Formats: sequence, C-alpha cells, structure tokens
Amino acid sequence: MKRLGFLAWALWFGYAFLYVPIALLVVYSFNESRLVTVWGGFSTKWYAELFNNDQLLSAAGLSLQVAAMTATASVVLGTIAGLALARFGRFRGRTLFGGMITAPLVMPEVITGLSLLLLFVALEQLTGWPDGRGITTITIAHTTFTMAYVAVIVQSRLVSMDESLEEAAMDLGARPAKVFFVITLPLIAPAIVSGWLLAFTLSLDDVVVASFVSGPGSTTLPMVIFSSVKFGISPQINALATLMMLVVSTGIFIASLVMARQHRQKQRDEQMAVQETVPRPLR
Amino acid sequence: MKDLLSRVGLWRRGAVIAVPYLWLLLFFLVPFLIVFGISLSEAVIAQPPYAPLVDWLHDEDAGTSKLQLVLNLSNYLRLGEDELYVLAYLNSLKIALVTTVCCLLIGYPMAYAIAKAEPAKRGPLMMLVILPFWTSFLIRIYAWIGILKANGVVDNLLRWTGITTEPFELLYSDWAVYIGMTYCYLPFMVLPLYATLEKLDPTLLEAAADLGCRPWKAFLTVTLPLSLPGIVAGSLLVFIPSVGEFVTPELLGGPDTLMIGRVLWNEFFANRDWPVASAVAIALLLFLVVPIMAFQHVQGRQTEAGR
Repeated sequence: MKRLGFLAWALWFGYAFLYVPIALLVVYSFNESRLVTVWGGFSTKWYAELFNNDQLLSAAGLSLQVAAMTATASVVLGTIAGLALARFGRFRGRTLFGGMITAPLVMPEVITGLSLLLLFVALEQLTGWPDGRGITTITIAHTTFTMAYVAVIVQSRLVSMDESLEEAAMDLGARPAKVFFVITLPLIAPAIVSGWLLAFTLSLDDVVVASFVSGPGSTTLPMVIFSSVKFGISPQINALATLMMLVVSTGIFIASLVMARQHRQKQRDEQMAVQETVPRPLR
Repeated sequence: MKDLLSRVGLWRRGAVIAVPYLWLLLFFLVPFLIVFGISLSEAVIAQPPYAPLVDWLHDEDAGTSKLQLVLNLSNYLRLGEDELYVLAYLNSLKIALVTTVCCLLIGYPMAYAIAKAEPAKRGPLMMLVILPFWTSFLIRIYAWIGILKANGVVDNLLRWTGITTEPFELLYSDWAVYIGMTYCYLPFMVLPLYATLEKLDPTLLEAAADLGCRPWKAFLTVTLPLSLPGIVAGSLLVFIPSVGEFVTPELLGGPDTLMIGRVLWNEFFANRDWPVASAVAIALLLFLVVPIMAFQHVQGRQTEAGR
C-alpha cells in the first residue's frame, strides 16, 4: 500500500511538472498587465495585438508552408525507408542505411544545421543550385531529419504487423506494387498519419537548423519567437503559444478520435468475418 | 518474407530503396564529409569565409599546373589549447549527465506507475505524457522564464510564504538549465521505459512474492534488471541531444553557462569562423560516436524484439 502511495505521488508530481508551466503560460496570456508575472485583470488585448503583428504573421505563414511540405516529403521518403528496413530483409548497405535512419533522431541540432548549410554552400559553388538560401533549403533540411522519425514509426508498425495478408495477396497473384497500395498502405495508415503530424510539428518547432539554412527574407516563426524571447518576455508570445497549443491539441484530439473509431470498426469487421467463415462447432 | 523477396525483382527493390538512400547520402552523410573538410581549412575574409582545400597552381614559367592540397590542423590544435573549448566540452557532458539522471529519477516512477495502472487507463495516461511534446519546444522553455525569473512565480511564492525576503532569481543559472532540459526531455525518457515495463511479466513478481521476497527487494532484483534495456534507450535518447543543446542554455542559462552547442553557434554566427565551428562540430561528433552507436544497437534490438 505504501509503495502504491509513493507511485501515485510520483505520477502526480510528474504531471504537475509537465503541465503547470503550460497552464501558467495560458493564464498569463489573458493578463491585462504588460508584466508577465503580475496579474492585472482579464484581457484579450494581446491576442488583438498578435493579429496586427505583420512580421509574426508572415513568419507563421512561411513556417506553416515549410511544415506542410516537409511533412509530406518526409512521409513519402520515410515510408519507403521504413518499408525497406522492415520488409526487404538484408540488402547491400543495409547497415549504413539503418545508421543514417537512426542517427538523425539523436544528432544535436547544431551539427545538423551546420553540416547542411556547408553542403548547400558547397553545392551552390559547384552547380549553382540552390540559388541562395530560403524556403527550399529549410524544407530539405527539415525533411532530412524528420523522415527518420517517420521511418522509425512506419518500421515498427510494419514489424508488429502480420505479413500473412500481404503474402495471401501475393499468392493470389497481385503484383508487389498493388499489394503495397491495396493491402500494406491502408494497414499502416495510422502510422503514416502520426508520422505526418510528428514531422509537421517538428518542422514547425525547429529554430536551430532553420537559423543555419535560412536566408534573408525567409525568417520562420520559431526564429522570430526566439529572437523576441531573447530580449525578454512579452504577453504576445503567451497569446501565440496558447493559440498554437489550442491548434495542436485539437488536431491530436481529432486524429485520435478518428483512429479510435477506425480501430473499433476494424475489430467489428474482423469479428463478423470470423463469425461468417468459421464453422459452427469451432466457434 | 522469402516470397516477397523473390517476387519483387532485385532491381525493382533497388529502385525503391534508392530514393531515400540517395537522399540520406546526399543530405546526411556527405555534409559530414564537407564539415570535416572545412574543419581542415583556414578562415579567410571571403564569401564563403574559408580557404579552399584544393587549389590548381599554375606555373607560368614551366607552363605546368599542379594540384595543391592544403590541410591545416591549427583549428584542432586551438580546441586543445584554448581552455574555453575544453571547459565547454566538459560542462556540456556534466549538464547532459545531470539532465539524464533527473529525467530518470522523475521518469522511472512515472513509467512504472503507468505500467501498473489498469490497462484501460494506460493509454490516456501515456497520452498525457506525450502531449506536451507536441507543443513547441521553444514555448515550453519560454514558459520557464516567467516562472524562474526574479519577480516570477517561484520568487513570488517564496516571498509570499516568507521563506525568503530578498528577490530570488533562478533564471540565468545552471539550475535553470537543468530544470528546462529535464522538462523538455522527460517524455523521451518515459516512452522507452514504459515500453519495457509494460511488457514485463507480472507473474515474475508474483513468484518472487510467493517465495517470500519483499516488494522492494523484488523490485531491485527482478523489475530493475529486466527494465535495463528501457533505461539504456531512454538515457541515450536524452543524453546524446543534450550534449549539443543550444536553445535551453541560450535562453535559461547565464552568460557563463558554457555549452559546446553555444560555442559552435557563436563561432559560426558571431565570429563567422566557419573552419573553427566545423572543428568544434567534428570534435563533438567524435564524443558522441560511441553513444550514438550504442543507441543504434539498442534501437535495432528493440525493433527486432517487436517481431
């Protein structure tokens, strides 16, 4: 009993540690006072100021654009990579490939940023591409480190999944490409959706890599937040943070609802299939 | 498996893998070689600000040209000689270690409690751990500024309860960096820990209890050793990126909170010394090669275990 008590305390402490700062951030976004720590009454004026801040809004637009392109590209590349790692067995250079997939997960951002910038500079000297740095280079850089996350998610989903469905389709004469699009893809759809969302969030969140590979005129939202936070805190950032959290939690809530419903539907289908196909004495 | 292998033509499989493979070669592996190359070059005032490693020298008198390769180790020598770099490396290791231990101390009981909860509750409880990870890292760090600064939440609380009377500022110190980094990396620790603890066979603990083993002893001799893979994976997942962390020490740390990520950033952006920044990056990478390989080993084993 005593140990359970300790565990419950530890759990509550952990959740408090995770959520109290966020809760305070939200509360103070409605603060009338400019001083972030003194309560001066309820107000939504920081939200109004936020929507008049053109620099912030254009940076947010750029970031959303980069994040959407990054997430889409990394879902395509990451799914192929995850498929190769989970289903293709041993192939030439698999160790190197596996290494290049897992290393970006833990690579310090300063190294990723610096190395990609130096690559872009060298490429530009050699081939003339990319012509200057901006939205393209940021998207390429973000895709490189986010596709690793997608690959790992897809790979673990494929590994835990039964191969018999794919094999059955093959035995019935379906071509590999058709098997992938008709059987495998729908089965790993939840992993792909969470991979897309994760890549989107990671891209929207990145300040270090973007600072290295962005050029003049391509300032992303985290870069704006970072420089304004460095010069002190402002309730506008609180308002922005609250809005971002609202959007993210709504997105996740909807995604998990949809996935839960699909899961239930699938279970029902499977049950019905069993009832229809299995002979009565075996039920 | 075999079926799939034999039916998909080899060349076709190759074509499928080639796209992500080439992408990673070009944008992940080749850049490191370039960083290494530039770390051996010399800083010059030019655009880009480093001397080319390879040069065609044309001799007018003899009418011949030769290829000259200039390698310059002075950047690395500087890293060894200047105390600043050595201190920054050591301090980064210290901060990363403290962060890892803090995450472990807070994360292990959490993961254990969630794994022990009723199966229906586990999903939502884990969701609550992961959810903050989906909100911006930068904003989570920002939240701590308001809490830790003088006249902030902690300061006001302490003065209100009468524990302190003087203004008390935790911000801009190593303590703030520990708190901020533990906060940001905690989900990375809880996730792999929960994954191993959840798979743990409860009958093992029952057997230990039936044989008269006290709960804490059963925990130390059964649960803890069996959860070691999770501990290792979580620790590496926290430790490796922590060593090169830049944002947290920059925003929460004081000007004397030396970390190697900050040094690299300043060499690159403030001093515009690309070769030294590259040398710092290569030295950091050498530091991390062993932990990164250990991480890949653990990661590979975990995916195999999922089969």
